[in-house]
Amino acid sequence: MIQNVFWFLTFLAIISACMVVFSRNPIHSVLYLIITFFALSGHYLLLNAQFLAVVNIIVYAGAIMVLFLFVIMFLNLRRETEVQKPIAVKFAAVISGLILLAVLLGALLKADIQPGSEVDSQIGLVENLGKVLFSDFLLPFELASVLFLVAMVGAIMLGKRDPGEPTI
Amino acid sequence: MKLTNRAKQIDNSPMTVAERLYIPAIATGLGITIKHFFKKKATINYPEEQRPFSSIFRGLHVLKRDEQGRERCTACGLCAVACPAEAISMTAAERKPGEEKLYREEKYAAVYEINMLRCIFCGLCEEACPKAAIFLQPDKIAPAFVDREQVIFGKDRLVEKMDDRATTGIQKYTGVKS
Amino acid sequence: MDPLIVNALIILSIFGITLLIATYSTWAERKVAGFIQDRLGPNRAGWGGLMQPLADAGKMFFKEDFIPAHANKWLFIFGPSLAMLTACMASAVIPFGDSFIIGENIVLVQAIEVNIGILYVFGVVSLGVYGLMIGGWASNNKFSLLGAVRAASQNISYELAMGLSIIAIILMSGSLSLRTIVEGQHGGNWNILYQPLGFIIFLTCAFAECNRTPFDLPECETELIGGYHTEYSSMKLGFYLFAEYINMFASSAVTACLFFGGFNYPGMDAVQNELIKSLGESTGHNIATGIGIAVMFAKILFGIFFFMWVRWTLPRFRYDQLMNLGWKGLIPAAILNVILTGAGILLEMRWLSWVAVLIVIGIAVLQASISQKKELRAQRA
Repeated sequence: MIQNVFWFLTFLAIISACMVVFSRNPIHSVLYLIITFFALSGHYLLLNAQFLAVVNIIVYAGAIMVLFLFVIMFLNLRRETEVQKPIAVKFAAVISGLILLAVLLGALLKADIQPGSEVDSQIGLVENLGKVLFSDFLLPFELASVLFLVAMVGAIMLGKRDPGEPTI
Repeated sequence: MKLTNRAKQIDNSPMTVAERLYIPAIATGLGITIKHFFKKKATINYPEEQRPFSSIFRGLHVLKRDEQGRERCTACGLCAVACPAEAISMTAAERKPGEEKLYREEKYAAVYEINMLRCIFCGLCEEACPKAAIFLQPDKIAPAFVDREQVIFGKDRLVEKMDDRATTGIQKYTGVKS
Repeated sequence: MDPLIVNALIILSIFGITLLIATYSTWAERKVAGFIQDRLGPNRAGWGGLMQPLADAGKMFFKEDFIPAHANKWLFIFGPSLAMLTACMASAVIPFGDSFIIGENIVLVQAIEVNIGILYVFGVVSLGVYGLMIGGWASNNKFSLLGAVRAASQNISYELAMGLSIIAIILMSGSLSLRTIVEGQHGGNWNILYQPLGFIIFLTCAFAECNRTPFDLPECETELIGGYHTEYSSMKLGFYLFAEYINMFASSAVTACLFFGGFNYPGMDAVQNELIKSLGESTGHNIATGIGIAVMFAKILFGIFFFMWVRWTLPRFRYDQLMNLGWKGLIPAAILNVILTGAGILLEMRWLSWVAVLIVIGIAVLQASISQKKELRAQRA
């Protein structure tokens, strides 16, 4: 049963991720990406990481993708207005994609997870996650929050009008 | 020029803290609406409940009969002349011997029609009538119609029925039966 | 009875009751609107107009189901379905009552108990905007698109303040589970007594998330014709409208759980003890649970009434006012509330956020008295 759910979610994730790349309409791409996120959240649930699953939905599906959709709707992209990209750009895209693939494959091959190895199945629950984050990983956690703060300040700096600049 | 005392000077001064919180204003507004929630309603369930008519209400026309049941109208045409909307038309006829029970005067209206689309219910016909024959009833409104064929009211719908005598506005207002 | 069957019954009845209450909310909305405007409201269909929702639904079904020529057909259908789906999902984790004892088993009056309940609600709410966005975009109409974009920006803006106000509650109860939050308010310790600021922020955001007046800009008739549902007709439109009422029910339920103690009511222990003493362990407990459920629904219904009451009182915000209120008013206030609540827990003074409220009231009163004096001086001069 769990196995079947796993396979279903995996195929859903892969197929919709491919559709993100292959669909011509950017809106459809975004919608497929949302489906991918849901499939990933399903995987998190299978790993008993409920907090991560819900936060993934809230942050990525609920906020970031809404903003993506928001921007793309305003751009009003159509097939006629699609620009032909130069060969060099396509070439660079393929190269960077291959590099990413190589890194992922390398990481996967390097990692050795024994099938029966002991993993704390309760680690994904929010209490344990919080304890780990605020004890073992306190410094990275705080650094990440500083990073967010910097990003926020930067966004405000970019969005702010200079004095004297006309409103709207 | 000042028309009413309700004009208000617009105040563009910056809002105070209390105003900027919105909450006191919102609470006041909620108070007003909840007061209306429990107030007596201004509307009624119309066909079941009806509002009392004013005693001088001018409703559907009636052609009165006298106490013996004879039509009072003598087809003099004064109502048609008085009518500002030109809604009334009639054809006169002479009373034959043997019809004294039906018509009070020697001349009577063979046809008497009021176009209800034209009528403005001003009551001038009532005032013009020398025989006290036409009245606007204070307790009946002209019925609704859905077809232009129905808008011309002939004698069949205007003449008073003896078993269901109409009240005139004067009767209702003074309380005197005539 | 098998506990699984009982659980299934509870899920089905929660679903059914959600839909029933949402159905009758449409009737109640019109009735409340009528009463507030000194009218009688709908009263022709059935006694007191109680068959009105059925009549409305019948009308909706028999309208022409129209899909615009250049609309994206599948997404056009998908939009209202998604709005309805997300609306129905939210009430799954809400604890409507304590528990029933059936034989040996204890069955919770809740569809599913998860330890991240409030985050689940939050996630579902954040997905709710997709229904409006997809529908508005797929209509291929500029007004619909503007409505969709407004819905998206409004929901995202107010989600932040809502999340921050919920964080204060989570700090106080120490759990993400709605049931634990409700049980933590046992004995009259309702969160509203400790979180006045958080409550106001949460309520405002709940209105914004439900797209209710004064935040119904996505469907603003005067500016956008009908907003995201301009092109919709028949039951697809009905789904959008109905989803709004289900959302109202869900957010009233969440508000009741977070701030008004859910199924708790003053003196519930005494009632339960009396019932257990007179009727026996399980029967007494079950009846006490029933009373708790009734109390919970009373709170929810009052919440829905409050939604309507506000709708027929306040006019709609202007868009820049909406954004200013969200970003410059509610989010800083919510952050302040989180800090105060945290300090309050640290210092064991749970009422600390009242201090902020009192300070604001003090400033307001002070300024009012100062401006009065100025006016008096100006009059004398």
